[in-house]
Amino acid sequence: MTKHSVDTPITGDKAGEATLKSYAIGFVLSIIFTIIPYILVVNQLLDGWQLTLVLVVAAIIQLWVQLHFFLHLGNKSGARWNMVVFLFMLLVMVIIVAGSLWIMNNLRYNLMSPEQMDVYMKAQSEKGF
Amino acid sequence: MSKAIVHNPGHQSTDDKTVFGFWVYLMTDCILFAILFATYAVLQGSVAAAPSEGLFNMPLILAATLILLTSSFTCGLAVLAAQRRDAAQTLTWLAVTFCLGIVFLVLEMTEFSQLIREGNGWQASGFFSAFFLLVGTHGLHIAVGLLWALVLMIYIAKRGLTVILVKRLRLFSLFWHFLDIIWIFIFTIVYLMGTAQ
Repeated sequence: MTKHSVDTPITGDKAGEATLKSYAIGFVLSIIFTIIPYILVVNQLLDGWQLTLVLVVAAIIQLWVQLHFFLHLGNKSGARWNMVVFLFMLLVMVIIVAGSLWIMNNLRYNLMSPEQMDVYMKAQSEKGF
Repeated sequence: MSKAIVHNPGHQSTDDKTVFGFWVYLMTDCILFAILFATYAVLQGSVAAAPSEGLFNMPLILAATLILLTSSFTCGLAVLAAQRRDAAQTLTWLAVTFCLGIVFLVLEMTEFSQLIREGNGWQASGFFSAFFLLVGTHGLHIAVGLLWALVLMIYIAKRGLTVILVKRLRLFSLFWHFLDIIWIFIFTIVYLMGTAQ
């Protein structure tokens, strides 16, 4: 990491320095990407997987906006270790969330009562294997 | 902590180390929230009494979200003012951030009390246990952040913008932006997806 004085922003040096402009852009973008999914959901303009897709994309854009414009992550080569820790956290997060859902759904499938199994098999045969 | 002011030129400064250490803390906090999100996702669809439609007061939630986003912005403005060594402006923006945070907490408590009054307290089902745990943990973080902002304001008012206080302000802004990110995911996963179903 390069040394930097107290004056430098959180992790930025020359490139991507915290300026009023970067905060303002980040603020406006985050407001926009909050309002859009909200309107879609409340007015029921989309549903099913399309809605889920839009919600997930909007959330990821917001995450990027926050990381880039507010936290200034990854726009300085010296802050590599911050990025490494961040990526490791993402890995742990994916393992925990995806793993829990996978295991618990599997458990639900394997621990069905005979009645539930009947319903399940009927639904499956209607879908067509 | 007071040793952290000392710079050793040519080497990684202790200042950097403090920020890095705080960053690592934030990432572990992220994992805490990941576990709570996973718990919520597992319990959400697997309870006998599934949450009914129109459970959440969406306009209230939207207002809370916009207020938190704005407070994140004003927190950034406080950091910018501190970089200019403008103590008065730093205090003003920090106070605005503090007030917005209070309003956010009040809105969240309003929502909680509404849910509990309708018989949807945390004891109602596994879904509500997970919901209150997840959203409540975020609210607790906000409350701690508010306390931190208050202490910071008192210090800055008393001592001016000393090196260590500017550093603490930077750490606070990291914490506050981080809580904003967590809230975006709560807003999307719990409220928007919960309402869409």
